Amino acid sequence: MTKFLYFAWVRERIGTQSEELDIPASVTTVRELLTWLAGRGDAYANALSDMETLRVALDQTHVETDAPIAGSREIAIFPPMTGG
Amino acid sequence: MSDKRIRIAIQTEPFDIQAEINFLSKDQRDVGAVVTFTGICRQDNSLQALELEHYPGMAENELHLIVEEAFSKWPLQGAVVVHRVGKLEVSEHIVLVATASSHRHAAFDSANFIMDYLKSKAPFWKKEHPQKGSAGNWVDAKESDQKILGRWRAKTAN
Repeated sequence: MTKFLYFAWVRERIGTQSEELDIPASVTTVRELLTWLAGRGDAYANALSDMETLRVALDQTHVETDAPIAGSREIAIFPPMTGG
Repeated sequence: MSDKRIRIAIQTEPFDIQAEINFLSKDQRDVGAVVTFTGICRQDNSLQALELEHYPGMAENELHLIVEEAFSKWPLQGAVVVHRVGKLEVSEHIVLVATASSHRHAAFDSANFIMDYLKSKAPFWKKEHPQKGSAGNWVDAKESDQKILGRWRAKTAN
């Protein structure tokens, strides 16, 4: 099981802040992961439709969409940051 | 001489700018300059309040990484970053960045650097509330904030 965290409008559209999911073995990169998640239902599809805009962190480190997800315990998906 | 003083905090309560300046300068005999930047919730169109969300753990880590990078680029004796989260009304203080150095240029430049990187790298998100009790709108990230990072990379390449 891998812990998923969602923030800001990604969290609101998916409808939960965090969940534990089993990732299929065929899913190896961040891009594949987003595609797989988007197929889980309308809420996911709506939250993840603009993949180029989304940001992903693996174990609290920013990564690009071609990064491998192997071994990640915590995967966070969120919009571009707007702090400060 | 002086020791290296770093303080990173994410909190709901207001911060005390004078206390942070004292933290950076008290008994630090070679500190000659402290620069502070304060980000404030400003009234914009019909905005009444902001709501700040963050990624606990990663937000603190990213702020530490940004501050360490500033230390590697400028001769600093100390740095403070305090970012508030939760609901903030117009005129409330959102973020404080303070840097201490022997001379003003390093303090000014590093505070500017930390603030620019914080905007694009630290996992915080702002939601605008036009009226009390409304659902609110998430603030869109500015492309210009990303471009600024490229400028820093070119300027401070070492």
